[in-house]
Amino acid sequence: MEFAELIKTPRVDNVVLHRPFYPAVEGTLCLTGHHLILSSRQDNTEELWLLHSNIDAIDKRFVGSLGTVIIKCKDFRIIQLDIPGMEECLNIASSIEALSTLDSITLMYPFFYRPMFEVIEDGWHSFLPEQEFKLYSSATSQWRLSYVNKEFAVCPTYPPIVIVPESIDDETLRKVATFRHGGRFPVLSYYHQKSKRVIMRSGQPLTGTNGRRCKEDEKLINATLRAGSRGYIIDTRSLNVAQQARAKGGGFEQEAHYPQWRRIHKSIERYHILQESLIKLVEACNDQTHNMDRWLSKLEASNWLTHIKEILTAACLVAQCIDREEASVLIHGTEGTDSTLQVTSLAQIILEPRSRTIRGFEALIEREWLQAGHPFQQRCAQSAYCNTKQKWEAPVFLLFLDCVWQILRQFPCSFEFNENFLIMLFEHAYASQFGTFLGNSESERCKLKLQQKTMSLWSWVNQPSKLSKYTNPLFEANNLVIWPSVAPQSLLLWEGIFLRWNRSSKYLDEAYEEMVNIIEYNKELQAKVNILRRQLAELETEDEMQESP
Amino acid sequence: MEHIRTTKVEQVKLLDRFATNNKSLTGTLYLTATHLLFIDSLQKETWILHHHIASVEKLALTTSGCPLVIQCKNFRIVHFIVPRERDCHDIYNSLLQLSKQAKYEDLYAFSYNPKQNDSERLQGWQLIDLAEEYKRMGVPNSHWELSDANQEYKICETYPRELYVPWTAKKTVIVGSSKFRSKGRFPVLSYYHQDKKAAICRCSQPLSGFSARCMEDERLLEAISKANPVNCYMYVVDTRPKLNAMANRAAGKGYENEDNYSSIRFQFVGIENIHVMRSSLQKLLEVNGTKGLSVNDFYSGLESSGWLRHIKAVMDAAIFLARAIMVENASVLVHCSDGWDRTSQVCSLGSLLLDSYYRTIRGFMVLIEKDWISFGHKFSERCGHLDGDPKEVSPVFTQFLECVWHLTEQFPQAFEFNEAFLLQIHEHIHSCQFGNFLGNCQKEREELKLKEKTYSLWPFLLEDQKKYLNPLYSSKSHRFIVLEPNTVSFNFKFWRNMYHQFDQTLHPRQSVFNIIMNMNEQNKQLEKDIKDLESKIKQRKNKQTDDILTKELLHSVHPESPTLKTSLCFKEQTRLPVNDSLRTIEGSSPADNRYSEYAEEFSKSEPAVVSLEYGVARMTC
Repeated sequence: MEFAELIKTPRVDNVVLHRPFYPAVEGTLCLTGHHLILSSRQDNTEELWLLHSNIDAIDKRFVGSLGTVIIKCKDFRIIQLDIPGMEECLNIASSIEALSTLDSITLMYPFFYRPMFEVIEDGWHSFLPEQEFKLYSSATSQWRLSYVNKEFAVCPTYPPIVIVPESIDDETLRKVATFRHGGRFPVLSYYHQKSKRVIMRSGQPLTGTNGRRCKEDEKLINATLRAGSRGYIIDTRSLNVAQQARAKGGGFEQEAHYPQWRRIHKSIERYHILQESLIKLVEACNDQTHNMDRWLSKLEASNWLTHIKEILTAACLVAQCIDREEASVLIHGTEGTDSTLQVTSLAQIILEPRSRTIRGFEALIEREWLQAGHPFQQRCAQSAYCNTKQKWEAPVFLLFLDCVWQILRQFPCSFEFNENFLIMLFEHAYASQFGTFLGNSESERCKLKLQQKTMSLWSWVNQPSKLSKYTNPLFEANNLVIWPSVAPQSLLLWEGIFLRWNRSSKYLDEAYEEMVNIIEYNKELQAKVNILRRQLAELETEDEMQESP
Repeated sequence: MEHIRTTKVEQVKLLDRFATNNKSLTGTLYLTATHLLFIDSLQKETWILHHHIASVEKLALTTSGCPLVIQCKNFRIVHFIVPRERDCHDIYNSLLQLSKQAKYEDLYAFSYNPKQNDSERLQGWQLIDLAEEYKRMGVPNSHWELSDANQEYKICETYPRELYVPWTAKKTVIVGSSKFRSKGRFPVLSYYHQDKKAAICRCSQPLSGFSARCMEDERLLEAISKANPVNCYMYVVDTRPKLNAMANRAAGKGYENEDNYSSIRFQFVGIENIHVMRSSLQKLLEVNGTKGLSVNDFYSGLESSGWLRHIKAVMDAAIFLARAIMVENASVLVHCSDGWDRTSQVCSLGSLLLDSYYRTIRGFMVLIEKDWISFGHKFSERCGHLDGDPKEVSPVFTQFLECVWHLTEQFPQAFEFNEAFLLQIHEHIHSCQFGNFLGNCQKEREELKLKEKTYSLWPFLLEDQKKYLNPLYSSKSHRFIVLEPNTVSFNFKFWRNMYHQFDQTLHPRQSVFNIIMNMNEQNKQLEKDIKDLESKIKQRKNKQTDDILTKELLHSVHPESPTLKTSLCFKEQTRLPVNDSLRTIEGSSPADNRYSEYAEEFSKSEPAVVSLEYGVARMTC
């Protein structure tokens, strides 16, 4: 298929662009295969350069022959184009519609994007499982790398290499895979050096209504416990939901078969409930006419912060099991690809200082989200403005980022990255020139040959020139476990995401810059004082030497 | 001291306000003439000023003792358990007496002695001089003059002696107008905008009833309007909801009829009265005190309390004032019913938007002295300093502080002071430690001889200035001459640092603000060090050049001896100490009482229950 077929009108003059914070501007609108471009042809700059894949929904209106296209983006921005001529307007609208909803992944921009920067480090090889495992293998010999899923035959949503208990052979893993949803047998997610306890994750056990059991499964997870010690199974569903899952062949671990494990249910919502929550929240934030009562009730009704609280609470619970109770934890929900990953990754943010660095956080996303098989393609296909009710969209990753932001707000010196870094990740998860977030699993990414055909986000972002924008000037590494408060009074609306296009952040940005200046100045002064002190010391010694030859 | 029967009780437990179990600290409770003091086993002291106590409650006896709940006006809530009921009863009775004094003379300010002599005390009182302030605004001038009409408080008891009025307004006009205004509070100048030659004036409601008129009042308003040479009309802003104002007409009061006054534009802005505000705050505090509060209950409580709606209403009214002056060049006359609550809020906030001076530490003190203290905001009644009518208590001034806080959030560089300054002022409007906020008007304060018998708060705040400086303040920037805040609802947030200021667990564990503040301080010190070092180096060099002339031979010695190297390393390490305690993460210490409780609970082999502690995920197994 040629893009040209979809582009009925490639160019329209005298289009007026309205967008947040800027005066309306008139210019020429151009459609390319992947971008919508508007230029007033002044100063050789484009006023708008928008990826089609960032477009979530469009509306069109007509007043006489003047058409208006309202473009709602996945990053929640809303822009308006006034297009003279009804035919042009209709053509543009239908072209955008078609180009923003391409069926084939291989037609997406990352397959066409050619980087304008020199790749110093190929991000596709930055976080290899073998390297990550090395961090653990120096501390414990209880775990090994397994290549049982090399051909993606045992579990289609797992990566080819997983970390499993040393004493469990691949044959056992194959058997356990048949007992777990989607073949997602328990694997290591995190090893806590201090308490020597682990976080594992999996899919739900397929106990069904008959209470089926699997000795190998029991053996596998028991292998992670020391003699006499107990572990916790955190089921991210309510007991009720977990019980209902039995009718569909799923279920949960029976106490009788897992006597060394204590099961706790935490209810984290999924799918359309989260999607509706996002839609409601963005709608509330976008309406500036709400009076106070309406705003507060809309904010409440969105339930967004309730979801944040639920997820953070579950993550804190896991962290407590590991750090305070010194007990290992197995986490799963149904598939183990959504709420499970929110909880395992946030628990690591709380527990592990490394995951609060830029590299460490990237590694965490690579390990706990991309390799762990979070279906990005499905979840991020649509954002807050989608009208069609599709089953698979859900802001699972955005909720995770929001939770990280909440912790960042409470521990502003404990993270090497800043809010911009999180916002950038949100943007790229939904629309990007990079291949990192394409596909739903490692096996899909392999089939698409993303490593060969697209550029990794990490190659771009890890350039020193880019990183400076995302680095937190207040960062001071600490080795502590950071416990966030999850009280409603402590949780905030993430303005940087949800009010970004609705209120100017000029004064806040300026204040941030001033803060950076003070910190930079401090460093400068410190350096200067040190140089002077050294100079003085040298002079003093010279003097002393001269005085006592 | 006659109220104190028991001065010391041992083995008292202090409960964590939000914990779901009965986790507590044990210690000793002391009762002094001015404070209630609790010292726990870790020697941590909790001081509670008697005047800060809003209510004391004795709950039903439990097996562990008699619970005593104390709610403070600074939003501290403490929950003690006293082992013996008799002790509890004694303390309860003492606190009831001590927290509600009948006479001003029994308040802390009259016994507080910061060890200053009389002249220092007097100097302290003279620190803020309103005559100077009016001069700074540019009055008196060719349009406005100082009136001596109220020199002896004869026209209006609740106004100050010095009042500024249009020079065309003769005394007969003033007297006539004052008779037509509730409590005699006739229109006077509150703020004069020099560039625009426009004024903010204030007064109380007219006694217009359904049809009454007053020629003098009409003439005074006309004089105010004419005192602005640029614009021929002026706004009259009634800060009440229209319905309330109309209801007042039945009682012979009311609002201005546009037909009777030439060149006025009349406007309601709809701020609720003190009773609505009091119950709104009460509702808010009730919701926030709930254990295990859910997000939805928090927001629906925030909504139904109406608190942020009221804050927004005050802010919107202030913006109306600022716009009238900046955009239309029109003067504004503001009133509510008596002109000492909503009027003070709106006039002071409007001036603060217009004039960057009020956003400095000293300017903010001046603003409070002018629009609140001198114009007779009834601090003693609104803060319940004495045992009086509880229906007169209302958080009107707290709302003003909250509006200012919202502005500091939107304009982080526009204010010289920080949040701690606002909190400290709030602390002292209730503390009765200083004389500034005692009494309900200037006349009463003079009668109490406060300037002779008590101290002013301001010099003490100025002395501690460093604590209250905003490190991001940019004084040079002229952009901030007029603040234009955005009042879309989503800009208003719950002020956690005010209403939960004593609930440590709810706050961020690291404060960016403190770090930057300290860094700023450190930078100043470093700049000084650099100067010192440079001059020392210069001295040395001069000395050396002198020496070289005489001892040229020795200069060939290479300076990098091993001893020198170590000394250099040492020097580098002894940089200025960064304040590490600021970066310490309280919540992560195992000794933190939020977390130490899990250990015991996990080991119990009870059935698995998952419950939530307020604020922190908690597990009971």
